[in-house]
This record gives sequence, C-alpha cells and structure tokens, in this order.
Amino acid sequence: MPPARKRVPAVEGWFTLDEAAPALLGTRCKACGTYHFPKEHFFCRNPSCAGSELDEVPLSNRGRLWSFTDNRYAPPPPYVASEPFQPYAIAAVELAREKLVVLGQVVAGTGTDRLSTGMEMELALEPLYRDDSSEYLVWKWRPTS
Amino acid sequence: MTRTQEVAILGAGMHPWGKWGRNFVEYGVHAARAALADAGVDWSEVDFVAGGDTMRNGYPGYVAGASVAQALGWTGAQVASTYGACATGAQAIDVARARILAGLSRVALVVGADTTPKGFFAPTGGERKQDPDWLRFHLLGATNPVYFGLYARRRMELYGATPHDFALVKVKNSRHGLANPNARYKKLYGVDEVMASPIVSDPLRLLDICATSDGGAALVLAGADFARRRTSRPVSIAAVSTVTPRFPNTVIEMPNFATDSAVAVAPPDTPFRDSIARGAYEQAGLGPEDLDLAEVYDLSSALELDWYENIGLCKPGDAEKLIRDGATSLGGRIPVNPSGGLACFGEAVPAQAIAQVCELTWQLRGQAAGRQVEGARIGLTVNQGLFGHGSSVIVKA
Repeated sequence: MPPARKRVPAVEGWFTLDEAAPALLGTRCKACGTYHFPKEHFFCRNPSCAGSELDEVPLSNRGRLWSFTDNRYAPPPPYVASEPFQPYAIAAVELAREKLVVLGQVVAGTGTDRLSTGMEMELALEPLYRDDSSEYLVWKWRPTS
Repeated sequence: MTRTQEVAILGAGMHPWGKWGRNFVEYGVHAARAALADAGVDWSEVDFVAGGDTMRNGYPGYVAGASVAQALGWTGAQVASTYGACATGAQAIDVARARILAGLSRVALVVGADTTPKGFFAPTGGERKQDPDWLRFHLLGATNPVYFGLYARRRMELYGATPHDFALVKVKNSRHGLANPNARYKKLYGVDEVMASPIVSDPLRLLDICATSDGGAALVLAGADFARRRTSRPVSIAAVSTVTPRFPNTVIEMPNFATDSAVAVAPPDTPFRDSIARGAYEQAGLGPEDLDLAEVYDLSSALELDWYENIGLCKPGDAEKLIRDGATSLGGRIPVNPSGGLACFGEAVPAQAIAQVCELTWQLRGQAAGRQVEGARIGLTVNQGLFGHGSSVIVKA
C-alpha cells in the first residue's frame, strides 16, 4: 500500500485544518473592530481608523448564501483542473457577525440546482488538487441542510 | 465641482476589433494615424502621448505610450502610461485632459491597444502567492465570468430578472453592431439562439459573455483655442470620472475573495457602481435625464441591466422593463450601446474605454452610419476595471 499523502493547506494561514469544524482566518482591527479577509497585518482598511494592531481571528464558519454560480468549463492555470473536468459551483456567503461576503467553492457533488440564495452554508475542507506526496486542501462551502 | 473649461475631441480612430494575432503596437499605430487624420493634426504637432498599458490581468506586460510613440517616430513628446484594468483608457484620457486644462500640453494623443490570448483571461505564469489575482484562479478557479455569474444570479434573486431578459440585451446589441465597421461580430442573434448556447457560469451562457479581442482606439485632444482653429464644431469632453469605491465596498469586486466588512462603518448611500457615473454627472453639471445615448460596459448581458440603474436611467429593479420595452434600442427613449457594445466587439482591455469615447464622438457628429442616434447631443460612457477602478466620460456636442 502506498504511503498516505500528507494533507496540507493549498495556501498557508488562510484557514484552520480542524477537519470537524474548520474556519477561515482573518484579522480584526483592535481599534475599530473591522474584519479583514484575507488578513491585513499592518493597517486597517477603514479610512477613518488609524489602527495598526490587528488580531488574527477565526471567522464565522456559517453564513447565508448571497449569490452563486458555477464553472462548466475548466478554468485556466494556475487552477489545477481535474481530468476529466467536473463542473463545480462557487458560492458567495454573507457572514452576519463580520458583515462581509466571502467566496469559496461549493463541496463536490453539490450543483447550482441544489442552491438558493439565503440558504445557510457552513465551511468544509476538501482537496483542491494532489501530487505524489501531498493532498492540497482548500475551504469550501456546503449547505447545512 | 463644475468645470466650465472643456477639452475638445479633434479626432477619433480605431483599428477594427478581431482576433488578428498581430503585435498590439500595430493596432495602436493604425488607430493613432486614423485619429490624427480625422483631426487634421500632424503627428509632429502632438506634444503629449497618453498610453493605456497593455497587460494581462493586473500585471504589466508592455509599456504602451512609449511603444506607440516610438512606432510613430520619436518626436520628443512627453509621455505617460496608465493602467486601470478595463478603466485604463479613461485614465489615459483623464491625464491628457488634465494636462491640457492645466496649460501644460497643447495637443495630446490618447491611445490604447491590445492583443489577447484565446479563451479565458488568465494571469501570467509563475507562482505568486501574494497576488490576489493569481490566487483567485489558483484557489477558486474564479474566472471573470464567475464574478459576472454571481452578479447575474443576484439580479435574478433581487429583481426577478430572467435568462430571457439577458438574451434580449444580446439580441439588441447584436442588431446595433451590424453596421459598425469596427465591430468584430456582425451577426444578428435571436433570443432562441442565445438561450441555446451552452452555459459557462450559471446563469450566463456563452452568448451572454463578452469575448476577448484584439483592437486599438485613439483620440486626439486639444484645448479650446487650438480646436477652434481646426474645426467649427468640436465635440468636447465635459467630464471624466475615475473614482474608486468608498469604504465599505459591500459588493464583491474582481479579483477579491471577500468584500469589505461593514462592522465599523455603515455602507455608503451610493454604492461603487452608482458612484462612477455620478462622479461624471457632478463634474458636468448634468444628469441622466440629459443623456441622448450611453455606451456601457456589457461584460455580460446581465451586467448591462445593472448599468441602466447604476447610471440612473431607471430605478433599481426597473432595468428589465427598459429592455423589454425597447427603450434602450436604437429609436427608443435612450439608446444604449449603439456601437453594439462588448457583445459585438469583445474586450480589448486598454483600448475599450477609449473606443467607447470614439463611438460617442462619431454619434455626436452625426457620423455613425447605420447606427446613428438622431440628434444626439450628450452621451455618457461607463465602465469598471478590476481592483476598484471607475471609468465614466461625458461627451457633449
């Protein structure tokens, strides 16, 4: 039996690897409370805030579907497309506490015919692509029901 | 701010859009020579060249202003090159206009040209994990049509738009572009054909989404005094808006992964897309009721409907009524994209905002044969470049 591939994030530091309850990692300005994803470390993007101290925080791992679409054709590199290509959906999910909308792929096997705006979505981890030694994970959205 | 001084458009020129596979400089030179001939201005009289940079998705490939100036033959003219993604051309126009208004330049050539690859726009090669444009392709496969699909679905949910409405936009633009010698696609489509084309990013179909094209566009701009010596009735630029969003921008913007957070600051009363044309209206002291026509950036057919509302042609949610009633067709209350728009051109990024102004120039002179908006006196262009670049130009007869 070949050795199991290592499970590693496709991008470092953007999400936790807690497989049961993964979370995106953002930052929050200590001065005004504004959240940032991806993380900002050196400045707050609120124009009326001079804050420069930002804490890393996990973002809510549930939210409401703001809009959605899909890829029926393989995106170009640097996307590593499966062969044969399997269409997949992409979701924009609104997080209530952070008051922001964040994108993500939808888990494999859930097409746009199973999505409707306003539905509750939760974060999941799935492989984005593999090579001989590793499986590269990315965050995805999944309907809660 | 209302500006009473205006800069004249003395000449407009384009290289036809297509997939010609030649160097972008050739299209730029062709367009520049056409604009100079149209203006009756000799290249040696141009003292400023503003080039729209030719790039792939956010990152530089070539320097435009100097490349075209070298091809036309060095004259020592001052130069600037700008980049604002799809809004690149508006920035080039704005730089040239500002120098003329400041008295620093007399006659300016504004030029943009592009040679595009086949298929989706994609980032240039290499591994760039700090670059959001590279990462959105790598992690999400979020092509430009993915963002267009998100906006289109949102429109369906908010306002009850249907794929049939989107198809009506494509059909209208395909009719407008039939007689345009610079258009790439001169084919009249029916609703059934559009709706039978394959879905690319649900709900958008292949014929709802603009192609990528080769092309070049140029303008010759001059101050009022110079213009009066060359023409008795110049068309003039009344406004150029190159605004950025206001925080928090709550609509997901290409190529971002997330919107701004609205935790600390409430969203602005005027969302980004609305603020683009508003900036131009405020400069010109005009409003949407003054327009005779508009050229809007129909990256997708659905996005054209958003623009109707963003530029104030109707209230949010009423755009479907405008397209269904034919209000935005030639002969309607307010024709939109009489050139045929991106539906008939495809996108040649650094040239496109300039091409929009070329069309207004010909329309306001009464030279838009086969697609003329009768008696047009005032027109507006609008577009938006990724990373938060607004672009809107108002042209007056």
